[in-house]
Amino acid sequence: MELRIDPSTVDRCRALARAIVSPVSDFIAAHSTVAVERSVLRLLGVDGVGADEIPVPNLILDGLSAQDRSRGVALAFGRGLAETGLDPAALGAAIAAGTVRLADFADVPEAAARGVLAPFVAASLARIRERRAERAERLERLPQLPPPLLYVIVASGNIYEDRTAAVAAAEAGAQIIAVIRSTGQSLLDFVPFGPTTEGFGGTYATQENFRIMREALDEAGEREGRYIMLTNYASGLCMPEIATMAAIERLDMLLNDSMYGILFRDINMKRTFVDQHFSRMLNAYSGIIINTGEDNYLTTADAVEQAPAVLASQFINEAFAHRAGMPDRQIGLGDAYEISPDLEDGFLYQVAQAQLTRQIFPDAPLKYMPPTKHMTGDIFKGHLIDAMFNLTSVMTKQTIHLCGMLTEAIHTPFLGDRVLAIENAQYVMNTARHFGDEIQFKPDGIIERRAQSVLTGCDALLERVAEIGLMSAIEAALFADVKRPPDGGRGFEGVFERAPEYWNPFEEALQGVTV
Amino acid sequence: MSRIRPYGDATDDGKVQLSFTLPVEWSEAADEAARQLVGKMGFTDVQVVEGRRIAKGFSFFVVYASTAQSIDFSTIKAPSAKEHAMSMDEVDTYVQESLGRKIRIAGACIGTDAHTVGIDAILNMKGYKGDYGLERYHSFETFNLGSQVAVEDFVKFAKEHEVDALLASQVVTQKGSDVKNFTALAELLEAERLRDRVVLICGGPRVTNLMASELGYDAGFGRGTLPSEVAAFVAVTLANRRVAAR
Repeated sequence: MELRIDPSTVDRCRALARAIVSPVSDFIAAHSTVAVERSVLRLLGVDGVGADEIPVPNLILDGLSAQDRSRGVALAFGRGLAETGLDPAALGAAIAAGTVRLADFADVPEAAARGVLAPFVAASLARIRERRAERAERLERLPQLPPPLLYVIVASGNIYEDRTAAVAAAEAGAQIIAVIRSTGQSLLDFVPFGPTTEGFGGTYATQENFRIMREALDEAGEREGRYIMLTNYASGLCMPEIATMAAIERLDMLLNDSMYGILFRDINMKRTFVDQHFSRMLNAYSGIIINTGEDNYLTTADAVEQAPAVLASQFINEAFAHRAGMPDRQIGLGDAYEISPDLEDGFLYQVAQAQLTRQIFPDAPLKYMPPTKHMTGDIFKGHLIDAMFNLTSVMTKQTIHLCGMLTEAIHTPFLGDRVLAIENAQYVMNTARHFGDEIQFKPDGIIERRAQSVLTGCDALLERVAEIGLMSAIEAALFADVKRPPDGGRGFEGVFERAPEYWNPFEEALQGVTV
Repeated sequence: MSRIRPYGDATDDGKVQLSFTLPVEWSEAADEAARQLVGKMGFTDVQVVEGRRIAKGFSFFVVYASTAQSIDFSTIKAPSAKEHAMSMDEVDTYVQESLGRKIRIAGACIGTDAHTVGIDAILNMKGYKGDYGLERYHSFETFNLGSQVAVEDFVKFAKEHEVDALLASQVVTQKGSDVKNFTALAELLEAERLRDRVVLICGGPRVTNLMASELGYDAGFGRGTLPSEVAAFVAVTLANRRVAAR
């Protein structure tokens, strides 16, 4: 089952995406953010909270002078380590308690700071490699079922209830569990601390919550004889910090998009570009698969019209991810089944788009998102639409399959809803397992012509973006009809220019590393 | 006939379907527990048509049963905010004739809610189900403030831009967050002495007009609402207030 599409157009789109990303990468290389620096501290082992539940990494960053900040927190913190002889966790605690001030160590030579940090940096990276090796060992011993990998969401607000729901879903056949974050966490410029039992529309992403869920899913995986993957969200204002915590707690996937926060959460674009880059460097190193957020273009605007924008965003996400050192096998590009069920031949358009993505990104673990926009209180019809989505997914060999819930429009899923959704997917995917291998598209038929027109539209869009530049394109509402100014939006105050002597030991160590 | 009960395949048979999960391993006893539980709910003729294990310690049931309860339909009150049906062109003409100026309307997903699908369906040019959104109306000046708008900011905006109507949307309803946010908005408008100067509307998949009036709103619009229904309500309400003020 292959669509005939013009390979030279695909090549040109890829080249355009690289050209679009290139100047943004120059900007990224010249800047850092408070979130990047806080993740440097977390990687070194700084954790915990101080007064008013403010995380220690935030307290340290907030206490830095603008000049010290522009050189990267590692130098100031390293001077403190060299002078006090404390380890990073203890120094963090001392700064939080107010007994030590980094400003007092300005005279310590830079070489001493760098020297004292080296073993902590090496140990931190070794720990991430260990977690990665652990994942590989478990996947070898507890192999997953063949893709599409069934992915479900838990979102009670209480990590312990989530744990019950996740284990039940794993037993029913889920292969990936995502813990949805509390609504609004993406706009917090800090990561909450400790286990949490209160949240709205989801559960706070904290390192302790990650650990609790990882432990439960490891146990479930041993019982089921298959590894259960864990997913969270490296999006919003704390992308690199979440990526850090996920690396340490062996999460397997993270939602991580190069433009989502800008367009859909009004986060400053410069902040997002810098943050996504460092978070993706960490994801690459920790073996975490990213899931990009193209489904959002389809839920906020017309799915038929937005198809070229989805493909364009996939090319751009791929180019950014390559820049951060990610191999294709870790780039889970997104798409969604959001065309109106009332549209004649809508299913054909869905197949066209899903197959087009499959062919253009053959090695990417594609993430296929279920219908949400056209789901209603009619759960019976909803279950049917989900079945058509399941069929499209297995037919076009999608990799990561977010199971659609019959109660999508009603509530965060009940335990029973999740099982019904998994059973729907299992039934359709089993009964139609090799359907895609058995059929051919009619040459110049509706599906092939649709795929070709989406590709042509994408090419034209990327050309316009390349012409005016990505930041100007976003300012001109070329994506999702949303207009964002380069210096507007949330988190802009946390972006700063790097001084000539700027140093981020982790960035330095990860640059050009292929794992 | 004013008294009604559910209709399966014969008048007054009272047939209903239920499905639920019980936190026990499946067994014959679990099926029996489901049957007795539905009996305790007041249903008769209970048939557990499906009962099975769905996870460790959980079983799922599908049940058919009959109810002897009925309701006198003639006593039911649920006032609709959708009774002023008009098309976009009719609304534009109506506003021109009755107010002679544009209506300023602002919409937002308030609190931490990030789901703009409802507010966008009503306000964005494109609209919903072929019914154009308010941005396309000549008779409306529209401000879509988007998601996660603090109640304070919404009220401040309303004051500064002298809006005639406010649309507050809530999709997330977990732990009653929607009602809390709607209430906070209504109370702040009262405190700022703005409440009587605006048409206050709430919307969302769980919102009903009855609930809206209990919360002190002028109207509430639930699932399936078309932009023209909201436009017509706002236009008619403002025109009526103008007449009343004379």
